Amino acid sequence: MSEEIIHIKPYLRLAGLEPLIIRPETNFVNVGERTNVTGSKKFARLIKENKYEEALSVARSQVESGAQIIDVNMDDALLEGVPAMTTFLNLIQSEPDIAKIPIMIDSSKFEIIEAGLKCVQGKCIVNSISMKEGEAKFIEQAHICKAFGAAVIVMAFDEKGQADTKDRKIEICSRAYKILVEQVGFDPQDIIFDPNIFAVATGIEEHNNYAVDFIEATRVIKERMPLAKVSGGVSNVSFSFRGNDAVRESIHAVFLFHAVKAGMDMGIVNAGQLEVYDEIEPTLRNLCEDVILNRNNDNNEATEALIQYADTVQAKGKVEVKSAAWREGTVEERLAHSLINGITDFIDADTEEARLQYSEPLEVIEGPLMAGMNQVGDLFGAGKMFLPQVVKSARVMKKSVAVLTPFIEAEKERKKLASINPNGASKGPAKILLATVKGDVHDIGKNIVGVVLGCNGYEIIDLGVMVAADKILTEAQKHDVDIIGLSGLITPSLDEMVYIAKEMKRRGMTIPLMIGGATTSRMHTAVKIAPEYGDGVIHVLDASRSVTVAGSLLNKDQKAPFLLELEKAYAGLKSDFENKKTTKQSLSYLDALENKAIIDWENFKVVAPSFTGNKAIEISDLSVLVDYIDWKPFFIAWELHGNFPAILTDAVVGEVATKLFEDAQKLLKQIVEEKWLTAKGAIGFWPASSHNDDVLVENGEEKLALHFLRQQAKKTVGQPNYSLADFICPAAENKKDFIGAFAVTIHGIEKHIKNFEENLDDYNKIILQALADRLAEAFAEYLHAKTRKEYWGYAADETLNNESLINEQYVGIRPAPGYPACPDHTEKYTLFNLLDAEKNTGISLTESLAMYPASSVCGWYFANPQSQYFGLGKINQDQVLDYTKRKDKPIEYITRWLQPVID
Amino acid sequence: MQADLFIVQPAFRKGKKELINDTIYTPHFSIVLLVALFSFGYMHKNLFMSIQETLKKRILVIDGAMGTMIQRHKLTEADYRGTRFANWPSDLKGNNDLLCITQPSIVSGIHLQYLEAGADIIETNTFSSTSIAMADYDMQSLAYELNVAAVKCGQEAVRQYKSKHPNASEKYIAGAIGPLNKTLSLSPDVNNPGFRAVSFDEVVIAYTEQIRGLVDGGVDIILIETIFDTLNAKAAIFAVKEYFRKEGKPELPMMISGTITDASGRTLSGQTLSAFYTSIAHAKPLSVGLNCALGAQEMRSHIEELAQIATCYTSAYPNAGLPNAMGEYDEQPHETAHFIEDWAKNKFVNIVGGCCGTTPDHIKHIADNVKNITPRVLPIQDPTI
Repeated sequence: MSEEIIHIKPYLRLAGLEPLIIRPETNFVNVGERTNVTGSKKFARLIKENKYEEALSVARSQVESGAQIIDVNMDDALLEGVPAMTTFLNLIQSEPDIAKIPIMIDSSKFEIIEAGLKCVQGKCIVNSISMKEGEAKFIEQAHICKAFGAAVIVMAFDEKGQADTKDRKIEICSRAYKILVEQVGFDPQDIIFDPNIFAVATGIEEHNNYAVDFIEATRVIKERMPLAKVSGGVSNVSFSFRGNDAVRESIHAVFLFHAVKAGMDMGIVNAGQLEVYDEIEPTLRNLCEDVILNRNNDNNEATEALIQYADTVQAKGKVEVKSAAWREGTVEERLAHSLINGITDFIDADTEEARLQYSEPLEVIEGPLMAGMNQVGDLFGAGKMFLPQVVKSARVMKKSVAVLTPFIEAEKERKKLASINPNGASKGPAKILLATVKGDVHDIGKNIVGVVLGCNGYEIIDLGVMVAADKILTEAQKHDVDIIGLSGLITPSLDEMVYIAKEMKRRGMTIPLMIGGATTSRMHTAVKIAPEYGDGVIHVLDASRSVTVAGSLLNKDQKAPFLLELEKAYAGLKSDFENKKTTKQSLSYLDALENKAIIDWENFKVVAPSFTGNKAIEISDLSVLVDYIDWKPFFIAWELHGNFPAILTDAVVGEVATKLFEDAQKLLKQIVEEKWLTAKGAIGFWPASSHNDDVLVENGEEKLALHFLRQQAKKTVGQPNYSLADFICPAAENKKDFIGAFAVTIHGIEKHIKNFEENLDDYNKIILQALADRLAEAFAEYLHAKTRKEYWGYAADETLNNESLINEQYVGIRPAPGYPACPDHTEKYTLFNLLDAEKNTGISLTESLAMYPASSVCGWYFANPQSQYFGLGKINQDQVLDYTKRKDKPIEYITRWLQPVID
Repeated sequence: MQADLFIVQPAFRKGKKELINDTIYTPHFSIVLLVALFSFGYMHKNLFMSIQETLKKRILVIDGAMGTMIQRHKLTEADYRGTRFANWPSDLKGNNDLLCITQPSIVSGIHLQYLEAGADIIETNTFSSTSIAMADYDMQSLAYELNVAAVKCGQEAVRQYKSKHPNASEKYIAGAIGPLNKTLSLSPDVNNPGFRAVSFDEVVIAYTEQIRGLVDGGVDIILIETIFDTLNAKAAIFAVKEYFRKEGKPELPMMISGTITDASGRTLSGQTLSAFYTSIAHAKPLSVGLNCALGAQEMRSHIEELAQIATCYTSAYPNAGLPNAMGEYDEQPHETAHFIEDWAKNKFVNIVGGCCGTTPDHIKHIADNVKNITPRVLPIQDPTI
């Protein structure tokens, strides 16, 4: 640490599990408004019906939609406010994804506020206190808030009433400030004023200046009391337009645009429904502006005009108003509109029109198309567009370029240009090489990254899946690429990435390496990959981040500081990791075995399966699988996070998610009706008995051993150290138990992928890949249900809907080799052998034990009612040695495959 | 969460301090008490100034573990009981705070060893002296008395020390307030995450009683320590603020010390260090810092971060390394002192000492190593954004 003295600024600092510091550059702070029984009917109903778990999901969706603080209000005549507030806030504390942000405790009753303050460890905001019942009470309440360490919202309300004019607002706020700072000893930065936002355009002339009063008062308050903050409940302002959300959102956007400029710091809003000021249709924006700023409003003229306009908007619906207008614009505007909105309908004609206007076809790309894509990139970067929209934009771009390409080629021919690069800038765009590493077949994520980077003007060289290190690096050098990006989904791919990093160093390469994919992590990259290669290894969480990372890496001025910063962060992670290792408490393997799961074998009734050995099952009519689809991972593949179906109505991404879902449904229907794909699977059951962590299986005459691993972390008293072997009856019990297995896959995707590629349709290509994955999982779910009810029949009378299936409410489990309960991928060899899986399903195993086709699932069936999913966690050397003996393989082999779980 | 709690708790239970015979209200003690009460306001003001002034000039040393030192006495059940509690219905062995009443000479003897080792601040043996924690021994009703007795043990040690070293620098007694065995942010029942074993109001009442005992006894500083649930600490801060406000007394300086439970850098209740600091900053403490759970080596990056963000003085008193397989601490005095010297040189700290496993020998090494190092300078709090 340097000797220079640290300066600490008087920012408003709040905290949940994590801090929130409100700096001048923080801009506007969104306070989520939907966990408020007075504002949200749904939330009110859930609380009244005592459905607190569901009510938590309202809070969670606020956080996911970008609320930086959540406002919680339980003021309802039919509710007991104190217990409701207490219960809800206590529950939030056990949800780290919600509790991470600060809470605004909102009530007009101080006893409810106090009850709330008693539940929250972080620094809250109290909303609100005021002088309406006199100074003495105000001071006492402020003291209590201060003793809890809360910031306070002070409503502009005094003994005479609520302030409506600019002067009254300023007068009350100034008086309250003086009392709080001088008499109570409040830190000025912990004071937030709510100078009252009232409804405008009510038809009553006295109300017309309310928004102006708020904005102007805010300006003066911030000038006189610069450390204090200004907040307000934004939706009040448009109250007279309730029922017409399109107009209300526009009014809010216009109001905030002016209020924030005047110094408003935060507001209670429905974060997801904020329109962007620039995006409002100009006529509407102008009318809103007149109303908010009280312009041209003699005799309520502005109000009347907005009301009239609102009727038309309401009648037609927002989208139609927009769509009617955009075709009237210039060709450049139309191209940009098509790109941003992902519309292909007019792109051929518009491109052709542009080509005729410009002197050279290349100028169309460099001019309007790139300008449009830059806008897409900016909107995406600012979180105003989401991945599915960007992929659609890319599709429009590709289609447009395809129209131009023949003309560009002809032009080149004419000019005898050497370069064949259609993007044509003198040096050409930066090149990024992408590949899924050897042994791994999954490429949805990599394709998405490719599309997004392509949209941002990079040239993408995609080598596809299962690419050997040598090929990746040779191609990279041949094309002189600027960045290499590696993707992988299964754990063995991690080792391959480490190997590639080593190879890059050995070859003396100096270009940066980006790491991504479901199995990768910042921690693994920092600890294992980055130390092998000195010229930049960057873990990239998702496609959105890839753009900024690539941008930083390819910018001469930013690259060095960016890598330096990263190196520091990784060194920190590495040392954290190494420190953490030593603090882990674990048991010896023998002690862990001692502490196995206790299963009631005495009363365990064995149910014999309907057959033993294996059986192939093929489904050509996929409609039976559709109901078994779990949609949540489908949306995650598109970087849309949230529960299904709630995501379809999500405040921020709901619209995008709904569109994506509709497109997916359309394609799914086509897949099913036109029989694009076939589902092939195999299941089998065998007599089995356990011996410690091995399960001995009788496959006809042949006797095989399955090898499982046991948790070694030290557990709380009464918690066992699980191994899957615990769920099979021990040989000593003398009961005939069984184990089952399955493998399923979806065939036939390649031809259709190729079609989409030829049609420049990345959007549908990625939907198809993601759907194939979902169908494979659905097939596994379907077979598991049939197994429980028929093939094995141990739960013959089960009745569960899809939601219960997804929540794993069934009896018995189906863990997959390579996943948390049994992370050793090499057990797939035994599983495939038992099932005759290559023959029965056509799945093959790669050298990393990924399954091809990529949309495949396999696993074991355990029927015991006490069996459950668990994560193995880290294991110690003693278990590794024992496992080596049991598997009868060299220690190096075992160590390599178990690398990720060895402590 | 549960597993972590389970691991951490034994360390808390060891508590920190211990003591002498059963009769506390001897005439001698009563007189001291009266003098303390009458001169309270005046003393406090000077004292606060004196600590502030001293902290500007040098690094202050706080004492080490009480529990570890008590263990060396190998006390029996009968020793813990003394005569007064000979027939108490529940087992009392392990109730270290009770020793302030039953074995005060042992407790003040340990304080004295720490003073001789170079400690400027000694902590009262009151880690669990609340009605809530004492319920384990059915001794809720003794909470106030335990705190008063504990302060007396500290004062007796200071008196003895000063009579031997008349020119020694000022010594301070910090009234230790522990985290309780029940937490406000976590449910003990995994199936009912909204459940709490204790309420905020109950915690405030228990802490207020403890604070009253400590203040009546005559402590110089209130030390809220080993905080693994910030809401418990906020209840303690609330109790301090409201106690002094309602009594109309000037507030004693507060030291606040949190506990980061593992390398993730978070408290057991899930807060990052920066969120923790933000959540307790309203106490306007004399110092904020970290203690327990980690050894100095693991604590370094956290105390470094705290030194950057805290507007007040910073403190750190780590364990003597991490416990070995037997639950014992074997980091040697010179090793602990070496780590802490590095922090001091890097200007991370103003107050240093030891927690579980540290001994007078550790404190002596620490005091020697930081003696000539200039302390961390307080950050400048800019008046404007």
